[in-house]
Amino acid sequence: MSERASVQQDDQAESEATEAQEPVTTGAQSVIRALENAGAEYVFGVQGGAIMPVYDALYDSDIGHVTMAHEQGASHAADAYGIVSGEPGVCFATSGPGATNLVTGLADANMDSDPVIALTGQVPTDFVGNDAFQETDTVGVTQPVTKHSYFADDADTVGDEVGEAWALANEGRQGPTLVDLPKDVTKGETDVEPSGPEKPDTYDVPEEADDENVQEAADALAAAEKPVMLAGGGVIKANASDALRDFAFEYEIPVITTMPGIGCFPEDHELSLEWAGMHGTGYANMAITNTDCMLAIGTRFDDRLTGGVDTFAPDADIIHVDIDPAEISKNVHADYPLIGDARDTLRQLYDAMPAAPDADGWRTQVQKWKAEYPMDYSTPDDEPLKPQYVVERFSDVTPDDTIVCTGVGQHQMWASQFWEYTEPRTWVSSHGLGTMGYGAPAAIGAKLAAPDQEVVCFDGDGSFLMTVQELSVAVRENLDITYVILNNEAVGMVRQWQDAFHEGRRMASEYPWIPAFDKLAEAFGARGFRLEDYDNVEETIQAAREYDGPSVIDAIIDPAENVYPMVPSGGDNGLFALSEQHLEQL
Amino acid sequence: MTGEMPGPAPDERMRPAGRRNTQGIRIDPEAEVTHEPRQAVLSALVEHEPGVLAEVSGLFSRRQFNIESLTVGPTEDDDVARMTIVIEEPQPGIEQAKKQLQKLVPTISVTELAPETTRRELALIKVSGEKPDDVNAVAEMYGGQAVDVTADSVTVELTGSQQKIDAAVEAFDQFDVHEVVRTGTAALERGGHTLENDD
Repeated sequence: MSERASVQQDDQAESEATEAQEPVTTGAQSVIRALENAGAEYVFGVQGGAIMPVYDALYDSDIGHVTMAHEQGASHAADAYGIVSGEPGVCFATSGPGATNLVTGLADANMDSDPVIALTGQVPTDFVGNDAFQETDTVGVTQPVTKHSYFADDADTVGDEVGEAWALANEGRQGPTLVDLPKDVTKGETDVEPSGPEKPDTYDVPEEADDENVQEAADALAAAEKPVMLAGGGVIKANASDALRDFAFEYEIPVITTMPGIGCFPEDHELSLEWAGMHGTGYANMAITNTDCMLAIGTRFDDRLTGGVDTFAPDADIIHVDIDPAEISKNVHADYPLIGDARDTLRQLYDAMPAAPDADGWRTQVQKWKAEYPMDYSTPDDEPLKPQYVVERFSDVTPDDTIVCTGVGQHQMWASQFWEYTEPRTWVSSHGLGTMGYGAPAAIGAKLAAPDQEVVCFDGDGSFLMTVQELSVAVRENLDITYVILNNEAVGMVRQWQDAFHEGRRMASEYPWIPAFDKLAEAFGARGFRLEDYDNVEETIQAAREYDGPSVIDAIIDPAENVYPMVPSGGDNGLFALSEQHLEQL
Repeated sequence: MTGEMPGPAPDERMRPAGRRNTQGIRIDPEAEVTHEPRQAVLSALVEHEPGVLAEVSGLFSRRQFNIESLTVGPTEDDDVARMTIVIEEPQPGIEQAKKQLQKLVPTISVTELAPETTRRELALIKVSGEKPDDVNAVAEMYGGQAVDVTADSVTVELTGSQQKIDAAVEAFDQFDVHEVVRTGTAALERGGHTLENDD
């Protein structure tokens, strides 16, 4: 190689390096640079007036952008991306309606501790407070449903604020954050390069639980005769599934998960009781009611889990591991509070256990409950297709790492009850907020976070109709997602409650007419399938899976099918109903 | 309706012996114990920036903490403001309030002040000007003073504990009270201890 050629090459390398590190000149560029520094891969968003400078800066970035049909979809896609990847999902929206449309997704992420960062355009600072066009007090509106909402007022510091919002969303107990970006700030000149994401000084993240407290908790658990572990969503968030499994296997303690905790422990293991709560398994609810010592990790004891707190695990000493001190003794008193990271604290507890609990009799009892309360359903030939059957068949043919997304309602319960989950971050759902319409956009975020994993979205007809427009995005991005609509032509869970608690007065719960979802799918450019008979279940699932792109199975199910077991709201978990007759007796 | 599942009925199942109260605390089934509400004075150092008061008051309102008074003002440090919040809650509610307040990003520290803490409130009481001498006499009794006197009104300034102000307002009732304004409690711990040297 001649000297001259070598010099040319060096020049080229240098100019490429310079290109990658183009200095920022505006607030908007600083915002995008902060996202790049943090490692953002995708942005889910919708354009609009006040956010345009930020989009303009995104034009030059390697960060991918997915244009969603509606800002709510952007927030749910970012949420699902956060659940599956473990890193904050990013969503953009403009001021006013763009920002308010994000609110449902932020509230959802806040309830489920999902890492999300939202960047919203805002009218120029001079206009703020004047009821300008598309002005909303976004910080005021979102503050109650985020970890923190920032109002940026300086082009020099806006990049670091975005970095801080990223770190805050990601660290400690994860959750959503928002930065409101007035247009004059993003258009404003600056040459300040943002640093990497750094959490605010005032935000403490506990790391290790106190050793003495850990020892006391371990001693209590080792002395228990009827121990259980209750694994919440925090186990998955803390990447503690391996630590949880090691602990349970070593000390042979039955494991119950919460709904957000689904997947952190393999449901095909004999120690698994699957999940407890309102529609949890009979055996999980029996065990959670009769235990004498519960090791609860990363759960906030939500009312759908506990039922009435007066009858929740009333004989149990509760060891509560949580990274958020405010969750300790909030809903249920913790006898042994351990504040710390779930993974680290489980490792500490593992080492501190003096012995395994002497619980042979309890494990036998638990297996007996599993035999007594099987998750069975009937499939009579003369009745329409049962939704449980569709879920089970789908679960049978897909790989273990298949990601299941859902909307909210009966279909969500069947998808969680009858699919067998064995891996963390494969269950993507809306728990605390119970957001109908979550599924369609969530599947988009999930697929982009894990392009090599199969993604299935179970949805209800009512739930799917709330965000069906996002199907256009799945088609545009050619995402290989299979949507399964468990179609009972009703808001089924409401209908079930009306029958059980409102004398069957079905007000506003049944749809006298509903679109043919297979044809709707075709209109969007996706593949549509209609499924009505048991005979066609396997082949329809196979055909939908084989299609390279989004497909929709409109599964016409028995409209009379209800979800059981069921603990009525505020009820006693141990008295779960297995039929409408049981409900009447309670 | 369908969807029924097999298994023993609710009344055929193993039952636990214990019970919890509505606060999720295990109780002796024979003697139910619940925490009675009590007054607590929380002192919080927060970053002195726009929106903090809205964030704190929003937190207390959405979590239904029973707030008696909230005062906020600057401190010896320009970047830090101090809030004094008086709440009335059972013990678990007080603990929750402290922890939730601590979680807010602008919050630097939260401390519950001891009961013997120095607590003061300022009140301005405007009464009828018909008997200025009598008004002055009562004001002096409570360590207050008239700060504005006109032909038809006297305004008295008072400082003291909440109880003292309550009593004074009651005493001024005889003069036909026109208006009362109270600041709510501000409090500092006695002795050399400060929130800054908490650790």
